[in-house]
Amino acid sequence: MTPSDTSGGVFNKASTPMTNIKPVISCKNVWKLFGSSPEKYLAKLPNAHSYDDIRADGYIAGVKDVSVDVHKGEMLVIMGLSGSGKSTLLRCMSRLHDITGGVIEVDGQDIMALPEHELIDLRRNKMGMVFQSFGLLPHRTVLENVAFPLEMRGQGKHDRRERALEVVKLVGLEGREDYFPRELSGGQQQRVGIARSLAIEPDIWFLDEPFSALDPLIRREMQDEFLRLQDLLGKTIIFVTHDFDEALRLADRIAIMKDGAVEQCDTPDKIVLNPATEYVRKFTQEIDTARVVHARTLVKPMPPKAPTGKALRGSATIHELARTIVNDTRKQFPVEDDDGKLIGILDRQEALDILLGSE
Amino acid sequence: MTLASTETAADVSTGFTKKQALYGVFGLAVLLVLAKLIGILPEFLNRIPEAYIPDYAATFDAGFNAWRDSITTVTRFFSERLEFHLKVTAHLLYGARVHFFNPIDWLTLMTVSSGAVLFLDNRKAALATMITIALSGIFFTFVVGVGGQFGGMSQHALMWVFLVTAAVLGGMMAWKDNTFSPLIVLGVVFVYALILNGYKLGPLPWTSIAATAAVIGYYLGGWRLGLLGGGTFVWTALIGQWKLAMETMSVLVVAAPAAFIIGILLGIAAWKFPKFDKVLRPILSILQTLPFFTYLLPAVIFFKVGPTAGAMATIVYAIPPMILMTTLGLKKVSPEIVEAGKMAGCSRWQMLSRVYLPAARTELLVGVNQVIMLCLAMVVLTAFIGMPGLGAKLLAMMNSFKLGRSFEIGVTIVLLAVMLDRLSKAWVVKQPEHFERGASLWKRHFYLFAAIIAFVGFLLISQVVEVADSIGRKQHFSKGKEIDGIIKGFLDIDIVQAVTGWIRWFLITQVLIPFRDAMLWVPTSAFILFVTSFSLWLGGRKPAVFAFIFFCFVASTGWWDRSVITLYTVISAVILALLIGLPIAIYAARSETWSKRILLFCDTAQTFPSFIYLLPAIMLFGINDVAVIFSILIFTLVPLVRYTVEGLRGVPPEMTEAADMAGASRRQKLLNVQLPLALPTMAVGFNQAIMFAFFMVIIAAFIGTQDLGQELQRTLAGTDLGKNFVLGMCVSLMALTFDLTILSWAEQRKKALGLSS
Repeated sequence: MTPSDTSGGVFNKASTPMTNIKPVISCKNVWKLFGSSPEKYLAKLPNAHSYDDIRADGYIAGVKDVSVDVHKGEMLVIMGLSGSGKSTLLRCMSRLHDITGGVIEVDGQDIMALPEHELIDLRRNKMGMVFQSFGLLPHRTVLENVAFPLEMRGQGKHDRRERALEVVKLVGLEGREDYFPRELSGGQQQRVGIARSLAIEPDIWFLDEPFSALDPLIRREMQDEFLRLQDLLGKTIIFVTHDFDEALRLADRIAIMKDGAVEQCDTPDKIVLNPATEYVRKFTQEIDTARVVHARTLVKPMPPKAPTGKALRGSATIHELARTIVNDTRKQFPVEDDDGKLIGILDRQEALDILLGSE
Repeated sequence: MTLASTETAADVSTGFTKKQALYGVFGLAVLLVLAKLIGILPEFLNRIPEAYIPDYAATFDAGFNAWRDSITTVTRFFSERLEFHLKVTAHLLYGARVHFFNPIDWLTLMTVSSGAVLFLDNRKAALATMITIALSGIFFTFVVGVGGQFGGMSQHALMWVFLVTAAVLGGMMAWKDNTFSPLIVLGVVFVYALILNGYKLGPLPWTSIAATAAVIGYYLGGWRLGLLGGGTFVWTALIGQWKLAMETMSVLVVAAPAAFIIGILLGIAAWKFPKFDKVLRPILSILQTLPFFTYLLPAVIFFKVGPTAGAMATIVYAIPPMILMTTLGLKKVSPEIVEAGKMAGCSRWQMLSRVYLPAARTELLVGVNQVIMLCLAMVVLTAFIGMPGLGAKLLAMMNSFKLGRSFEIGVTIVLLAVMLDRLSKAWVVKQPEHFERGASLWKRHFYLFAAIIAFVGFLLISQVVEVADSIGRKQHFSKGKEIDGIIKGFLDIDIVQAVTGWIRWFLITQVLIPFRDAMLWVPTSAFILFVTSFSLWLGGRKPAVFAFIFFCFVASTGWWDRSVITLYTVISAVILALLIGLPIAIYAARSETWSKRILLFCDTAQTFPSFIYLLPAIMLFGINDVAVIFSILIFTLVPLVRYTVEGLRGVPPEMTEAADMAGASRRQKLLNVQLPLALPTMAVGFNQAIMFAFFMVIIAAFIGTQDLGQELQRTLAGTDLGKNFVLGMCVSLMALTFDLTILSWAEQRKKALGLSS
């Protein structure tokens, strides 16, 4: 497996970069084995054992020696095909699954060491989760579903009603507060799921393939909605998906999983530019690199003799800058960040290579 | 499709030895029969000699007698608790007197009430409810004393103190926190308090009950169910059976909730603790196959005679399906809902009460439906131990061959059954509907208000108009004598007599008696081996082992001949039912509309308490073997037809389409595609038919049979608990043999066809 990129990289959304702050979630050599007595098996497990070797021994490696950190305000997307262990990893982080080996720390606290009531407190105050098939309680109205986590932590009726109305409005379901889940479309139901997960104002937001059960058009709409919410709220997010496009579109960093292990964990730009393994390359092959890679990813340090003229926006993708790159014949472009500060230069040839393919 | 193809589905690695075993067992059985034919069979292989038969009954009795007093002290304690509630409902429904008070009853009332509030609302409300009820209980005890009589002034003052406290408290919580459950629960407790203080609240006027039932019916399923709900009670009152029906209902309204509560608690326990589940399952399957007479006698011995014993037997009888549905429902809750609950930070109690139980609503309500229907069936049958009500009256009328009155009571029972079934099923599928924003309280609770208005309205009317209160002896519209005349007249028509007479003659002399004699002739040892080889062939190794053990036990009880007669009745009735039912079902399954009609009919017929099926049998054939077979036949026809139609209709359309495109004729399609695929489902129906038959054959003892049922019925008169139990086990074990074998086959087959879900 590839060691995770712990330098943190929130360059994609151009928010403030994180430096030297303790990660919100830190996984160290996490294992999750399914089988009859996984702890004993793990203790004796030889290092070189592959996923298939483990399976031959009658165990399934849901998560295989994963180390990953998630920083405050960062969106980590866990991407993988079905059975790759991505949902399992997510559930280990929220301790819906008890892990077999390794350590998971949330805000510096080993969550496996938490007694039941502290775990409940942690979930009541810090965590929210959205599920693939929504996981709504069928006998409760939209409002009651959204207010459910608040009810569980004992908030008063009026209090939680007020808060629930607020969140329902936030996800754009005003006027449907008294509907029952089955009276809503899939997209609307997932909005309820999102609203519910946000009701307690969690610091950490888990999303398990939240849009996979939706039609493609709705999915796109919900992704936009989701980005809007994230801009507004700036949560720490762990987002699971099997859709590489979705991952590229949303992620600050992507962890690509296969057979329970992380193949590569990096920013979308870097994954597209430098896929670490053959497996990752397969995903990136079909991707239009220019639409993913941002100008700032390609910048080189300012040379002493800086190019002059109009600067390119670093937060734009190469595709968005295509017209300039093709028409403007300067060899190098200055690149600036959103505040107008120059951050480096972009080599035109390199950009053209990405735009048109090399050679 | 041949049954032999099961072998492919069975364990392949042991297939060869299984075949050998099958030939071995079967061959041995044939040899034994041949030996008897030529007269060289030693007698101990033919029938177990008397001297070697262990006296299970005596052993059981001895063991029981040692514990008898301590057991009965415990059970009597419970039966008194039950009796308290029975008395209250009896008072409300038909005006019986309540004349004792025990603080413990108040304690149970308190526990159940505050438990309900805790489940429905919150801890605060539950605590307030508990304290209110507890205080009132302490006051009652203090003033009245345990077991005292009621009616002094000071008690009344205390009762009103309780009322005012309860009303203020409940009202406050309803107003402030929007929690209504304390108000409702305290209201119910208040009714108890009123009755205990000697206020005469019952009997409730029939119009009130009918009107409320109509509103509930309308709420659950539109005007049809409204009509059914109201109409049933109107019919009951007009036909002059109100009191009988209310005697039956008063047990039902106590037994069903009790069975529900106990069932759901045990169900939760079985779901939570797998070890408990493992112990519970075999007990449940035995309980479900035990003949009902086996429930009745212990009930009498342990729980007094009359309504209490009846209610107790009914509760025990209705609990198993509730347990099974509860565990099933809880296991089926989608993992995402569970995870959503966990992530919302639910505590264990919150997980159970706010996530699992509500999410399992459908299964729980199906369980409620089954509990109600089993309770009704059993309450009717408790006539055999002297429970007054519709069942007792029907029994008496049939005994004296008053067909007209029997028919009317039969209709009442059927109407009650259908109504309870339809209403509770409508409740299962009823989904909550949202109201527009800002809908008024009136609009939101329209049906609640309508029901209250209907109830109170008729309560007031009946104070003035006497007919609305109760229908007197001379006022009802019973046409018992006239119907009696018509039925007997019809049966006297020559052709009818000739037909029934011929059927009777043909069946008895040509089919039944030869078959029975043949079965009785087969040596016990060979019989056991035949059954074992049948189980081995169809179900495989495990069912065969059980079949062998079970039948050996039956043989060792000394009731072999009667067991064989029981088995013979069951088998001949089921075979006849197959001959009649299969063609009907196959024909009906051809068209959508006919399938629907038949299924609706079966659904309805299945809700009838089994006792009802005796009626047409006795009417047509009088009191003899054919009537027994006939009543079992129509009873078993229902599941047979139903599952066959469902199996055939359930064949995936792409398969029939493939057959059509392959150019199959209708017959080819049926034989090569539809039947093979439907067979596992049909087998479930066949199995149920056999279970029903074992159930019915015991009831048919009433007509007069020579089987185990007859002996069982006889035990009811005395205190032969051991014998009763041994006989019950015989029936149960024979039934279980078939159950295990056929279900095992169906399971294997479904797996092999990839149909299992």
